[in-house]
Amino acid sequence: MLQKTAIYTISISLLIIVGGVWAVDNLNLLPVVASSNAPIYDELFKVLFVIGIILFVGITGLVIYSLIRFRKKPGQFGDGIAIEDNLPLEIFWTAVPAIVVLFVGLYSYDIYERMGGMQSLSTSSHDHHSINSEEKVWGGIGLTSQKLIGESSLPKINVDVTALQFAFLFNYPEGEIVSGELHVPRGHPVTLKMESKDVIHAFWVPEFRLKQDVIPGQPTVINFTPTKNGRYPIICAELCGPYHGGMRSTVVVEEPEEYQEWFKQNSKQPGMEL
Amino acid sequence: MSISLPPANENTSNSLQPTGWLRFISFSLDHKVIGLQYLVCGFLFYLIGGVLAGAIRIELLSPISDFLARDVYNQVLTLHGTIMIFLWIVPVVNGAFGNYLIPFYVGARDMAFPRLNAVAFWMIPPAGLMLITSYFINGAAQSGWTAYPPLSITTPAAGQIVWIVSVLLLGGSSIFGGINFIATILKLRRPGLKLMQLPMYCWAMLGTSILVVLSTPVLAGTLILLSFDIVAHTGFFNPALGGNVIVYQHLFWFYSHPAVYIMVLPAFGLVSEILPVHCRKPLFGYTTMVYSIMGIVVLGLVVWAHHMFTSGTPPWMRLFFTIATSFIAVPTGIKFFNWVATLWGGRISLNSAILFSCGFIVNFVLGGITGVALAQVPFDIHVHDTYFVVAHFHYIVYGGSVFVIFSSIYHWYPKFTGKMLDEKLGIIHFALTFIGFNLCFAPQHWLGLNGMPRRVAEYDPQFTLVNQISSVGALLMAISTLPFLWNILYSFIKGEKAGNNPWQALTPEWLTTSPPPVENWPGEAPLVTKPYGYGANHSNENNPPITQA
Ligand code: HEM
Ligand SMILES: [Cu+2]
Ligand SMILES: [Cu+2]
Repeated sequence: MLQKTAIYTISISLLIIVGGVWAVDNLNLLPVVASSNAPIYDELFKVLFVIGIILFVGITGLVIYSLIRFRKKPGQFGDGIAIEDNLPLEIFWTAVPAIVVLFVGLYSYDIYERMGGMQSLSTSSHDHHSINSEEKVWGGIGLTSQKLIGESSLPKINVDVTALQFAFLFNYPEGEIVSGELHVPRGHPVTLKMESKDVIHAFWVPEFRLKQDVIPGQPTVINFTPTKNGRYPIICAELCGPYHGGMRSTVVVEEPEEYQEWFKQNSKQPGMEL
Repeated sequence: MSISLPPANENTSNSLQPTGWLRFISFSLDHKVIGLQYLVCGFLFYLIGGVLAGAIRIELLSPISDFLARDVYNQVLTLHGTIMIFLWIVPVVNGAFGNYLIPFYVGARDMAFPRLNAVAFWMIPPAGLMLITSYFINGAAQSGWTAYPPLSITTPAAGQIVWIVSVLLLGGSSIFGGINFIATILKLRRPGLKLMQLPMYCWAMLGTSILVVLSTPVLAGTLILLSFDIVAHTGFFNPALGGNVIVYQHLFWFYSHPAVYIMVLPAFGLVSEILPVHCRKPLFGYTTMVYSIMGIVVLGLVVWAHHMFTSGTPPWMRLFFTIATSFIAVPTGIKFFNWVATLWGGRISLNSAILFSCGFIVNFVLGGITGVALAQVPFDIHVHDTYFVVAHFHYIVYGGSVFVIFSSIYHWYPKFTGKMLDEKLGIIHFALTFIGFNLCFAPQHWLGLNGMPRRVAEYDPQFTLVNQISSVGALLMAISTLPFLWNILYSFIKGEKAGNNPWQALTPEWLTTSPPPVENWPGEAPLVTKPYGYGANHSNENNPPITQA
């Protein structure tokens, strides 16, 4: 009897796990991966999704099973069994979630670290960028980690972002370019320093899996390295007024040569190089 | 099993209170009348909030802004959130059921402060009406239920100020209620009744009331400062005048995260009352349930910044709040396992009350899982302020709290009115609600993950189909209200007589007439030390059933 139950439990659990892994791999649950940050995010998503599916299907299954198996049949009277508690069982289902949660916490800390989230902001500041280390800036996740920067010897792109009702403006200090679209070369680390002119906005690119609020009176920073050419939406994700839903722009990820071309054409300082 | 009832005596009322229908529109001091006032008033606001939700879902049928003017859309959104939280869920799970049940559960004739109790209720209708009429006069607030500055300072001031005043009144009402519950539970217990013998809903209300009393004043203070910024042009939160917008967010969420527990802990308590009765089993793990409620109260006070992972928060702070938030899942999980263990081996009557309670378990588990995911900074950074979060909290507040409110109405309606509700209509109501709810909100997880931000009237056309599916779900939810309303009204007039204790329940509210007399029991209050003492006459195939006397 006990053996049979154990076999059932194990095989059902395996089935759920396999189903969960299949679902996360085969259903289009997330948009395209277009930054060095996104695959790390998707790895975390996969783990959380599978753990979540196991828990959800498990508990739902138990509820439905109990409702059917222990339902009061016609002609039955009387009560259920008078069990009030079971200490070992209760310790078990306190300990297991605690361990799972601890695992999830440590794992997501590791992911956060790999995304560069724990880096102090001064290391992200750049010689000829407008951020100096005394200035108080608050950063988003995706501060390109030293490891990722180390891998690419390509020069870093710095852009100042201004958000206002209801648009983003991208200012390339090196070329005195002000653009309504963000152009970035594939493979180069990019640092955005953002500030709002009026209310709080948020800079979100789903394909980069990155978001950072853009705040009035408080500069914020976000870093990323685009990895896939294309045009992706920049979406304002913080309610900012009547046209909030229309506050969108585009980030264009292109080959470095194409980017150079765009930069030269728009630069007010002819001859400026990357 | 038979329960001996004290003889009913209709003439024990010794107050000068009005009787009959008039009681319900009067300044009644009877906790049962006040409880029902909260319930009916809350339900009327729920219908209004539901119409607003319908307007939102109609706007979102198409990717362009075409149904409501843009600023009206934001007003509708703000009113919907504010009404559902402050005028429906908080007053009903706390005020309605708390007032009705807590005095019974502690063996008292009324709440500790009956006048304060009536005042607390009567603050709600004017606050709610003011909020809604602001729409027709100068336009309602349009900065969302979170009212983040500087948006709330720069949008039209009239609507925002009315919003602040009405939330202050509702918060005040909630604080009065909280003080009253704490005093009643701790001080009015019948002699001989120990704390650890109280029904679980008392513990839930004690925990909730502690949260209310600790955190609501912070919201009040914050909103008063915000109103100074709007009216007197001070600069607390206005960056143009040197203020700091992030400080507002910390203060706001210091209240509003506990607020989510103010909406759901009482629901946990109600489910703990309903399950044992219809499963004919003791509530599993009483002691761990009590500790987990108190664990949630303590942890719930130190997790607020998980709403601010993408604002200006330093890395160490993000990490602390990730860990604190994740750990809330442990005491919450204990409660869920205990409920499933309560079902296990029971003799379950598959009625509307139990179905809504089990629907709650299933929905809330999903909301809890997405909650733990959202607590992870690197995960949240992508889905914060998207439809994923909208899905998460609707699984919690609708799939959780609202399902429990319906379950509770099916369970206690016979006590409130002396009449039974129609079970067939109840099951239709459940099926429509459960399917409609999941159809409406499950797809929203995908919308958020794939790039649809929340609080928008227009969106990328690739999301049209999924939004339309969601709106169909919302339509089903609207339809599901009809059999419920009909059931409530028809059963009140023509329903089958319930008798005093149709469920053969053991908790003290059932040990009197239905509806109960003023002051609850004609004689002395019964001493119930085992509110979950079911299972005395367990029977199975080998053990022939003991039939009802
Ligand atoms: C396991 C328990 C839970 C966890 C770990 C959790 C976690 C979270 C997190 C991290 C967020 C922020 C998401 C974001 O804005 O990016 C959130 C949002 C929210 N949660 Fe939960 N949650 C839990 C349970 C609850 C409960 C019990 C309620 C209410 C009864 C609730 C209601 C809400 C609401 C209303 C929001 C959105 C607030 C807003 O931005 O308007 N959650 N939750
Ligand atoms: Cu916006
Ligand atoms: Cu929260």
